[in-house]
This record gives sequence, structure tokens and C-alpha cells, in this order.
Amino acid sequence: MNATLTGPTLAVLLIVAPLVLAIAAFLAPRFAGRFGFVNAALMPAAAAGLLAAVAESPLSYALGDWGAPLGIRLYADSLSGILLLATAVILACVTVHARGYFARSAIRSSFWPLVLFLHAALNGIFLSADVFNLYVALELLSLAAVALVALGNEAAAVAAAFRYLLASLVASLSYLLGVSLLYHGYGTLDLALLAEPGRHGAFPWAALALMTAGLAIKGALFPVHFWLPRAHAEAPAPVSALLSALVVKAPLYVLLRLWIGPFADVPQAVGELLGLLGCAAILWGSVQALRQERLKLLVAYSTVAQIGYLFLFFPLARATAVLDAVALFVLAHALAKAAMFLAAGNILACLGHDRIKELDRVAGRLPVSLAAFGVAGACLMGMPPSGNFVAKWLLVAAAFESGEWGWSLVVIAGSLLSAGYVFRVVGHAFTPEQAREGGAAISASMSVTPFLLALLALLLGLIAAPLVELVDSPLPGAATVVGR
Amino acid sequence: MSWPELMPLLVLASSFVPGLIIFALPEDSHVLRSTLNIGGATVKLLLVAWMIWKAGAGVHYEFRTELLPGLDFVLRSDELALFFVGLSALLWLVTTIYAVGYLEDSPHRSRFFGFFSICVTATVGAALAGNLLTFLIFYELLTLSTYPLVVHRETDEARRAGRVYLAYTLSGGALATLGTLWLYYVTGTLDFATGGFVAPFVPAHTGTLAGIFAVLVAGIGVKAALVPLHGWLPRAMIAPAPVSALLHAVAVVKVGAFGLVRLVFDVYGVGVTSSQGLAQGLAVVAAITILYGSLRALAQSNLKRLLAYSTVSQLSFIALGAALGSPVAATGGIVHLVHQGLMKVTLFFAAGNLAVTLGIHEIRDLRGVGRRMPWTMAAFTLCAFGMIGVPPLAGFVTKWTIGVGALDGDMGWAVWILVASSVLNALYFLPILYSAWFATPLSVWPEERSFPRAETSLVLLLPTLFTAGAALIVGLFASAPYSPLEWTQLIVGKYFRP
Repeated sequence: MNATLTGPTLAVLLIVAPLVLAIAAFLAPRFAGRFGFVNAALMPAAAAGLLAAVAESPLSYALGDWGAPLGIRLYADSLSGILLLATAVILACVTVHARGYFARSAIRSSFWPLVLFLHAALNGIFLSADVFNLYVALELLSLAAVALVALGNEAAAVAAAFRYLLASLVASLSYLLGVSLLYHGYGTLDLALLAEPGRHGAFPWAALALMTAGLAIKGALFPVHFWLPRAHAEAPAPVSALLSALVVKAPLYVLLRLWIGPFADVPQAVGELLGLLGCAAILWGSVQALRQERLKLLVAYSTVAQIGYLFLFFPLARATAVLDAVALFVLAHALAKAAMFLAAGNILACLGHDRIKELDRVAGRLPVSLAAFGVAGACLMGMPPSGNFVAKWLLVAAAFESGEWGWSLVVIAGSLLSAGYVFRVVGHAFTPEQAREGGAAISASMSVTPFLLALLALLLGLIAAPLVELVDSPLPGAATVVGR
Repeated sequence: MSWPELMPLLVLASSFVPGLIIFALPEDSHVLRSTLNIGGATVKLLLVAWMIWKAGAGVHYEFRTELLPGLDFVLRSDELALFFVGLSALLWLVTTIYAVGYLEDSPHRSRFFGFFSICVTATVGAALAGNLLTFLIFYELLTLSTYPLVVHRETDEARRAGRVYLAYTLSGGALATLGTLWLYYVTGTLDFATGGFVAPFVPAHTGTLAGIFAVLVAGIGVKAALVPLHGWLPRAMIAPAPVSALLHAVAVVKVGAFGLVRLVFDVYGVGVTSSQGLAQGLAVVAAITILYGSLRALAQSNLKRLLAYSTVSQLSFIALGAALGSPVAATGGIVHLVHQGLMKVTLFFAAGNLAVTLGIHEIRDLRGVGRRMPWTMAAFTLCAFGMIGVPPLAGFVTKWTIGVGALDGDMGWAVWILVASSVLNALYFLPILYSAWFATPLSVWPEERSFPRAETSLVLLLPTLFTAGAALIVGLFASAPYSPLEWTQLIVGKYFRP
């Protein structure tokens, strides 16, 4: 296959196909589910093809041959390729699960177009090469996500969605303001041009602060995570899975791109600050997860904690393997957390509640779902050979390399705390159960999908070596700008 | 992939694959489950026997794959690994047969035997690990796969014990991970090497390496039940008897002790640990553990709790022997892996027989039980004498060898520890034996079940007699060729070659 020919086609397909399918699903609600399945079948193949095409060298493609700074440029390297593929795979699993979950629900006609928009937005973020396109895609992502939360349809879900919407609007404004400052200063919005030597020397502080703040709110970094637990807990389970696994990672990805590009020369102190907030997130989120009485809230707070790990990238940005660590962590957490939320959804659907104290019957009724929760939980604890284990290993190694071994203590403390909240749930497999009967039936496809995702998270560590090699292949400008 | 590379993987698969299948079996498919269990255990034993046979001819199997850039997942069948694998493969087969009999009619057997198999897979993996990272992977897997066994009874007490077990072992795992990473950062390698691999780094990083050693000993020492990290073990005796046997003799504590041996011999090396004072520190901790465990055992009224504290004490002979810095003491320590395993598994089997047949859990109910269950109590007595160190039993061989080694290595104080331990062991075992054989029996046993063919079910009695016999033989024929002692001398010879 000729990489130059197929790469751009696939990149365009990855954005356009979900958009077209979304509109089709909106216009023909009767077939909405089928469009969702077409998307689920098509996207993993397209993403895998693109990843193969960009494995050797990054792809840069100007839409309609309009070059930067005027035109829209698509950009993909192995990091974006991996994230596109992970997104496609997780979305495919969620699609299968959602069909069962929404089988008898009226909201399924609005679920499918929104999910497809969401997918288009995610792909758009992973393929954008300039900060304004990123803004547009982030905006589409937030709107789709907020609407999906509101599908929960109870008052609590609507309230959570509204809070999510407000937080996300403030974040968007802040980010957009930063973008306009950048444009004012440099006359370009292209990531690669912004990162050129000479430009970033005198980057505007205000732009950095505004854009980082906006992305931190969208990415739910402590202490601006306040919107996340409710939104993720009240949404229907397949939506929760997508939000926690993928949606919160997108703003972080943007921040990462800025950090290895235009913001590469940011003083260490800024990174330290983000890292400290990350540590606070790990501890606060874990402790909150330990205290929750509802399963989905527990899982949501666990997301707050796990996001904290990703922000340890910033103080350690100058260590060699830290980008690998974060990339692996994003993948591993996405798989494990999607599995946990889908399993929690099954439990909720079966028992009609998700109060942790009353989960005794789960082991008898939903052994596979509980096993999925357990395996995914073991991954979150950083048990080998999961992807999380390798990611944490690399993270701690980076901390040693930077001579800042203090971060490693937080990594390990967070792992122990996560063991605490995971076993609060898994412990219910070992209580004398009252009944094996009762509760709503859970279809086989709904049980198997979380288990499959958990298994992928667990086995991710075994392919860590090739993955790391892939991420390490040259990054845009990173080599020249950061000068590692 | 070539045949010799596949061999260690097959050994793991022989318990892992049956374990996975068993999870999916319905509760009532008793025959299929037992066939898988015992079939897997037999295949594993044969594979291990083959590897041992080939090791005699100098063939070592190695499987290696890249886990992280520069860091491999390594399984290798060196002599020390085979020594431990041989023990666990043999005892697993025996314990499986015992467990099939013990858990007849109890609920959740599929879950139990599934995790049981994975537990043994983890143990064998830790034994075959060719570097510290691989060891760590199986160390953690062992923690997770044992938890369901500890809480198997599902009572509140069992679940409390499970939580304590997790708190201790997961923290230990975290410490071990931290230490491993730190060591990797300093040395750039984790592959076990005869004589250790840290020696070249000692001049530049003396203090750091000592710190790493302490962290690793603390992390691995949780499973080896070193005082003060032993708190989980007496609580975990709430588990069913086959699990206790597994915990105390084959799997969990053994992996801890084995890890300490690896740490001293293959990571730091005897030279470094002795010259830096690290071994002496470990020896002191082990000595304190030996005395403390025995003292606590004296005060117990529950038989299994007493045995648990006895494990705390006995297990540290392995660490003590390894830490004394002389080849003879090291031989005594390593051979105790097998000696303690055989004796302790028998004691727990016997305790299980008493519980199942007569409902006896407390020591006071043992009065006169020797007349009701002579075979079980004979096995118990034999191994209790072994623990005390009565010649020519296995425990005597251990203590004698360690004692001679301690004198060799100018660590004469250790001999007093051995003497004190024997006295204490006698103090807590002899009253039990006296009351069991010579006191007048109670009029009724707490909960008696009768078995037509023998004093108890044959599936329970035969494994007990088998391990007791093995414990007797390894002591009696300690200097015969192919005995554990001979084998250990071969292993140790490699490490102390001038």
C-alpha cells in the first residue's frame, strides 16, 4: 500500500464517516443503531490502516491543498494513530454493549447520532494540527458529551449535564481567549509553525495560562474536577464509559501536544504546579472513591484519581520515557475504565440500584461482569502484566531519572488506595448470597464486552515494548524543539 | 519458538489452563473438575521431573521475551529454581488430592479450584523467574490469586482476614516494586546472576544499595512473615485446611522465603551482603522472628493458630541460613525450603483431618485423640518431633547444618537461637503430643463423623501419610544421592565457588 496515498484518505475518512453517519442516524432514527454498527465496524479498520501508514513517518495533509496558515491541515503521527485506534476499538465495544443496554429504551434514537458526533469530534482532535481546529473539535466533543449525559433523563442527570455544560463553556472561552492571544502574537495557529524556533522564545504567558486552565477544566484536573463525578455517574453506563475512557483524555492530549510543541520551553515551575495538582487529584479522588456509597460514583471518583497520574507528565516532561508512560497510561486506563463502567452498568441494570453495601447478590447473578470489574480493577491497581503496571513503571523510572523520586511515592500510594476501593466492590463476590434469582436479565453481549475490554487492559502490558517503540518514533517538531 | 524455550511455559500452562477451564465449569461437574485438577498436577510433576533430569545433564531451559525496552520477562530452570519447583509440583499434587476430599460437598468449588490452580501457577512462575521483574510479576499474581482462597469460607472473620491479608501483601508488593525499580535505576539490569550483579556498583552507591536492600527485604519479607510483617499469617489460618497447607508450606510464605534467598545469592551476592553488613541485619531480623514466633505459639489455644505461629518461626530458618554467610549454613537454610514444606504440610493436613472427622479446632479437645485417630496423630507426632529437631528427622538436619555453618562463619550466637528454638518448639508441641496420646479421651467429640474404611476418609489420610513419610525419608537419608540435602550442596557449591 502506498502510504502517501492511503494515509490522507483514511485521515479524512476517520473524520467524515462518523459525521455523515451521525447526520444519517439523526435523519433516519429507525436505522440509527445500524449506522452505529457500520461505524463500529469501519473505524477500527480505518484507524489501524492509518496507524500502519504513519508508523514510519508522520503524515501531514492540507485539506484541498490550502497550506498553513490559511488552510486546514490534518496531522497524524504514531501517537495520534494509537489513540485513534484505541478510540475506535473502545467505541466498537461500547456500541455492542449499548445495543443491549438501550434495547427497550426510548432514548436510543438520540443516543446513536450523539455518539457518532462524539466519535467524529474525538477523531478530529487526534488529527488536528492547529489550535483553532482543536477548539472547534473540542467544542463539538463537549456538546455531544453534555447531551449524552442528559440522556440519563432523570432530574439528577439533567442537573449534572447542566453543570457539565457550564464548566465546559467556561473552559472553552478560556481556551479560545488563549488561542486569540497566540494568533495576535504570532499570526499563526498551526502547531508546527508555533513551535518553530524563534517563535516560542517569547510566548505570551497569558495564552499559556488561559489555554492550560481551559484544558484542565475540560480534563477535570483537581480542583476543577467538580463537574465530573456527577456527570459520569448519572449518565447511562455506555455513556459513562465513553466519557471516562475517552472524552476526558482529549483535552489532555491537546495539552500534551502544546507541551511538546509551542510550550516546550515553559519553566519547570509550571510543570511542577500541574504535577502537584495531579498528586492532589490522585489522593483526593482515591479517598473520595473509598467513601462513596454508590458504585458508579466510586468509579467516577476513580477517574478523577487516575487523571492525576496523567498530569505527572508535566513535571517530568524532560525525562526520556515519560511520553511513553503517559501514552500507555491513557490506553490502559481507557480500556480498564470502560470495562468498569460497563460492568457497573450491568450491575445497575440487573439489580435496579448500585448501592455498594447491597451488592451481595451480584456474584451469583453476574459472575462475568463482576470478574470484568475485578480484572479491570487489578489493572487500575497497577498489577502486572497490565498496561497500567508498565505505565506506572515507566512513570516511576522517569521520576528517578529526573532525580525527583518524590513523585514515585504518590504513584505507589495511589495504587494502594485504588486497591482499597476496588476490593470494596470485589469483596462482595465472597459474601454468602441470599438468592441467585431475581433482577433483570443481562444479555450475553452485555456481559462479554466489559470482560473483553478488561482483558485487553490486562494484556496491554505484554505488547508494551512494541507500543513504546512506536510512540518513540519521531514526533513533530519534538525532536528539534524540545531537543531531548 | 523452539522446544527448550517452550518448556518453562508448559510448566506454567499445566496449572494455568486447567484453572481457567475450571472457572467455567458448573458446580456439579465433580468428576471433570477433579480430572482436570489432578491431571494438570500430574502433567506438571512429569514436566518438572523431566527438567530436573535434564538439569543433571547440564541442560537449562530458558524462555525470554521483551516486556519493556531493555527489560525482559525471563523464565529459567536453574538448580535453585528447580529445587523449589520440584517441591511445589510434588506438594501441589498431594494437596490437590487432599483438597478434593476436604471440600467435598462444599459450595463454590469451581471458584476455589480455579484460584487454587492460579495460585500454584504464580508460585511456579516465581520459582522459575530469571530476573527480579519476573519474580515481582508472579509475586503480585500470587497475592491476588490467594485472596479468594483466604476468604473462601465467606464468614465475617474470613473476610476480615482477607482484608488484612491484602493490606499486608499489597503493601509488600508495592515496596518490592519500588525497590526493584530503584535497583534497576542504579544498576541498569535485573537479571539474576550467580554471585549477584550489584557488586560493581557498591563503591559508588554504598548507601543507596543498602537502602534498596532494606526496601526489598521489607517488601518480600511480608510474604516470608518476618516480624513485624507477619500479622496476616495467623489471621489467614481461618481458611480451609488445604489452603493453610498451601499458604504455609508450598506457596505464599515459601515464595517470600525463596525471594529472600534469591535476593541474597543472585541479586546482591554473598560477598556484598556480608561485607556491607546487610546479611548480618537480615540474620538478626530472622533470629528475632524465630524466637518471637515460638513465644507466641506457646500462648495459643487454637491448633491452627499455633501452627501458624510455628510457621512464622520455622520459616525464618531459611532466611537465617541464607544470611549467615557460610556455605554450610546456606545449605541448611535452602534445604529447609523442602524440609519445612513437608513437615508443615503434614501438620496442617493432620489438623484438617481432626477438624473434618471430629470437629476438633481447640487444643484442649485433643485429649486422647491418639486412640481414635492413630494414623493421623502418628503423622502429626512425627512432624512435630521433626520441627523440634529430634534426630534423625528433617528438622534436625536443617538445624544441625545451620549450626555448623554458623560456627564456620563466626556467627556463634546463631547456635543459641537454634537451641532456644528447639526448647520452645518442644514446650509447645510436647504438651499437645502428651495429651493426645496419654490423656483420657473426652466422652464425646465435638462433631464426629464416621468413615467406614479407616479412621477418616482415605483421600485425606493417604496424602497425610505420604508427606509424613517423605519428611521422614528426607531426614533419614539426608546424605544419600539425590536427597534434598545433596542437591542443596550442589546448588550452594555454585554460589561459594572460590
